[in-house]
Amino acid sequence: MQFMLLFSRQGKLRLQKWYVPLSDKEKKKITRELVQTVLARKPKMCSFLEWRDLKIVYKRYASLYFCCAIEDQDNELITLEIIHRYVELLDKYFGSVCELDIIFNFEKAYFILDEFLLGGEAQETSKKNVLKAIEQADLLQENNNTSCSMGLLLS
Amino acid sequence: MPAPIRLRELIRTIRTARTQAEEREMIQKECAAIRSSFREEDNTYRCRNVAKLLYMHMLGYPAHFGQLECLKLIASQKFTDKRIGYLGAMLLLDERQDVHLLMTNCIKNDLNHSTQYVQGLSLCTLGCMGSSEMCRDLAGEVEKLLKTSNSYLRKKAALCAVHVIRKVPELMEMFLPATKNLLSEKNHGVLHTSVVLLTEMCERSPDMLSHFRKLVPQLVRILKNLIMSGYSPEHDVSGISDPFLQVRILRLLRILGKGDDDSSEAMNDILAQVATNTETSKNVGNAILYETVLTIMDIKSESGLRVLAINILGRFLLNNDKNIRYVALTSLLKTVQTDHNAVQRHRSTIVDCLKDLDVSIKRRAMELSFALVNGNNIRGMMKELLYFLDSCDPDFKADCASGIFLAAEKYAPSKRWHIDTVMRVLTTAGSYVRDDSVPNLIQLITNSVEMHAYTVQRLYKALLDDISQQPLVQVASWCIGEYGDLLVSGQCEEEEPIQVSEDEVLDVLEGLLVSNLSTPVTRAYSLTAIMKLSTRFSSVNRIKKVVSIYGSSIDVELQQRAVEYNALFKKYDHMRPALLERMPIMEKTATNGPTDIAQTNGETDSTILDTKHLPSITQPASQANDLLDLLGGNDVVPVIQTTVPTKPASAGGELLDLLGDLSLTGIPPMTAYNKNGLKIEFTFERSNPSPNIAVITIHATNSTEADMTEFVFQAAVPKTFQLQLLSPSSNVVPALNQGSVTQVIRVLNPQKQQLRMRIKLTYTHKGSPVQDLAEVNNFPPQSWQ
Repeated sequence: MQFMLLFSRQGKLRLQKWYVPLSDKEKKKITRELVQTVLARKPKMCSFLEWRDLKIVYKRYASLYFCCAIEDQDNELITLEIIHRYVELLDKYFGSVCELDIIFNFEKAYFILDEFLLGGEAQETSKKNVLKAIEQADLLQENNNTSCSMGLLLS
Repeated sequence: MPAPIRLRELIRTIRTARTQAEEREMIQKECAAIRSSFREEDNTYRCRNVAKLLYMHMLGYPAHFGQLECLKLIASQKFTDKRIGYLGAMLLLDERQDVHLLMTNCIKNDLNHSTQYVQGLSLCTLGCMGSSEMCRDLAGEVEKLLKTSNSYLRKKAALCAVHVIRKVPELMEMFLPATKNLLSEKNHGVLHTSVVLLTEMCERSPDMLSHFRKLVPQLVRILKNLIMSGYSPEHDVSGISDPFLQVRILRLLRILGKGDDDSSEAMNDILAQVATNTETSKNVGNAILYETVLTIMDIKSESGLRVLAINILGRFLLNNDKNIRYVALTSLLKTVQTDHNAVQRHRSTIVDCLKDLDVSIKRRAMELSFALVNGNNIRGMMKELLYFLDSCDPDFKADCASGIFLAAEKYAPSKRWHIDTVMRVLTTAGSYVRDDSVPNLIQLITNSVEMHAYTVQRLYKALLDDISQQPLVQVASWCIGEYGDLLVSGQCEEEEPIQVSEDEVLDVLEGLLVSNLSTPVTRAYSLTAIMKLSTRFSSVNRIKKVVSIYGSSIDVELQQRAVEYNALFKKYDHMRPALLERMPIMEKTATNGPTDIAQTNGETDSTILDTKHLPSITQPASQANDLLDLLGGNDVVPVIQTTVPTKPASAGGELLDLLGDLSLTGIPPMTAYNKNGLKIEFTFERSNPSPNIAVITIHATNSTEADMTEFVFQAAVPKTFQLQLLSPSSNVVPALNQGSVTQVIRVLNPQKQQLRMRIKLTYTHKGSPVQDLAEVNNFPPQSWQ
């Protein structure tokens, strides 16, 4: 996978994970163009499109578009499953996830993604294991914080 | 200083902004606060501030001033800090940033941290965006972690290694020992990432590939266990056990089995098993089947398995899910060359996909349809494709039209069918047809001698309906110019001949000249057509008038033509009939052979144009040469240049092109023979589709006072070459260089050896026969290299 973008139906970016080195300008340009292209698609169209020299796989969940750019040899159908797995993880973590959860807890969305994918490939195929790791890390974060007098610094 | 506001608070506040300007103001204010907080080196709130900065970065605002703060967070001992710090690094500190490398030491320390979650953070960061230098520095640490027994770390290390290898391929070797027992792991995470690592290594190095071939049995066993084992809740997706791992294993098997008989055989059974047993009701099962099909097609599988794979694709085509249909069409496109017959069986389903609503599916269906067209199904397929052409998006029309022309050319069952098909395309998608199709079509029409009357009648009728589609108009006006006499005499046999008078025809052509819809090229075509009719129609006066009007046209091309034609009427009327004679059958160059229509779509080039003029058109040529000489000294601008302003103009302006320089390539002409007044010059040309063929045109001229009659030119070449001699323009070489005999030789030189030729000339001069032999060795190197 080269990158993954999450954006709303109004085109607002909610998460961007880049697995290839590009300048900020390039990233912005790609994001803008791709968002436009995907938003222009009609609901009956298939989830795949060719864009520049990449294969784009996208799927809409409620008000959010999940959009991945994969390479030529990658399997489009399994990418749909990867997207779905990520949504399931978010759903389990936040309890019936909605766009607002991802807006207000974007850093957690990243943490979960980084426990599921690494360098663009899946690192863990068990839902349970990903969630367990996140849970433990969250606990570690809390213990870190309770040990110091300032309380929860982040939220 | 008060505590900086919380992250969620900031997000809430920014979201209340009603305008972009209001948002910008809020952001600026907060950024200022954050900046001063950074300046104070506040450890407590750094984490919070960076998090806020990352949010603002996502909204599109600059956040570079937070880069160093991320580094400080990474270096902190607190896990919270590290978590945000590494996140910030991944978002703000990619390898293009100057401070990127400053992370290296921190990452190195964290790779060896006592807490696995910290190690995980650093592995993740390194594996997502580590630069080559960083990878070089830390590869050793990654390799160590690849051998750990902690599966949480091992799986991350494997993917990190993949990234290192991608960045610094030379380091691949160092990971080899650690891969030894990766596949004996029970942990699926480790298995999955290991397979990814092995795949990466095999793709990059043929040595690694042969080394890892021995893993095939083990991979087969793992795959088998996945399929056969019962329900495993941890890895289950809709009743299938760990589809992600299955797909990756299938992909690795594909790479290992490609080109290798033994490996392919070892995996035959499991592939058949997966192909037949996988549940297809949900996307996940189809994802596995898709990967299986790709593997079967790539390795050396037995034919039964291949047929099974194609049938799976055929079933995919009937699936309600358009994603599946899309994937099927893509795969079929890849296999249509190798398994053509099997794919043919699904032709009707593929053709149905032309009617799909999705653009990508339609495009693939179109490409596949063209690949499947053959002599047997041409009529049926063409009906469908023409219907598709009618209704498809404009983006498709150009490609579709080109594809149809190519297919028609290859498989037309009859000339009439061919012309009808061409007409249909011109009338429905005329404006989308590629420019070079116009000369191609003209050639086609010229060569279908018995269809001239029919063609010109149909084109005339089409013109009456619509003059907006330029390619159609151009072809039509050219034809009317050539065959107008057939039109008015009502000679059509194929269909009911129409009654049309000379004036009506001229009305139409003149209408083209004045219409706003006509491009300059089209106008040039119609002017020339009108001119040609002066020898076919009787209303010469009317034509003379039109021609003289355009002598003062603003369009330089039109003006030039009109002036020349005027000159023809006035001073060179005796030459007019010969010059405006019917075009002879044009020689056809080898058309592009490749079956991949998608490729040839872009390639329908103007090779047809190149040699069109080389075959001899003697009398007009020689007289036109005279014309050249005679016009040279007048105030009328000598016309004869090959500067055809636009590509298809050659068809309308070929009179002018004949007089142009015949050596159309950069290869210099040469004198092959010059004796007793007979001089033979060779001019060269490369045949575009096959650069091994050199096309040589000989020009024989005679400087003596008497004609050389019964002139025969023969040539022989060494065994490694093949020679084809086409018919000469005539067998009289006129005296005093008054003209030339031309003849085309085609030499096939596959071994690119130096061209040599022996020629034999026989002719009769002043009553006595003359014969001569000569060797031609002075071919310029470009002609055979």
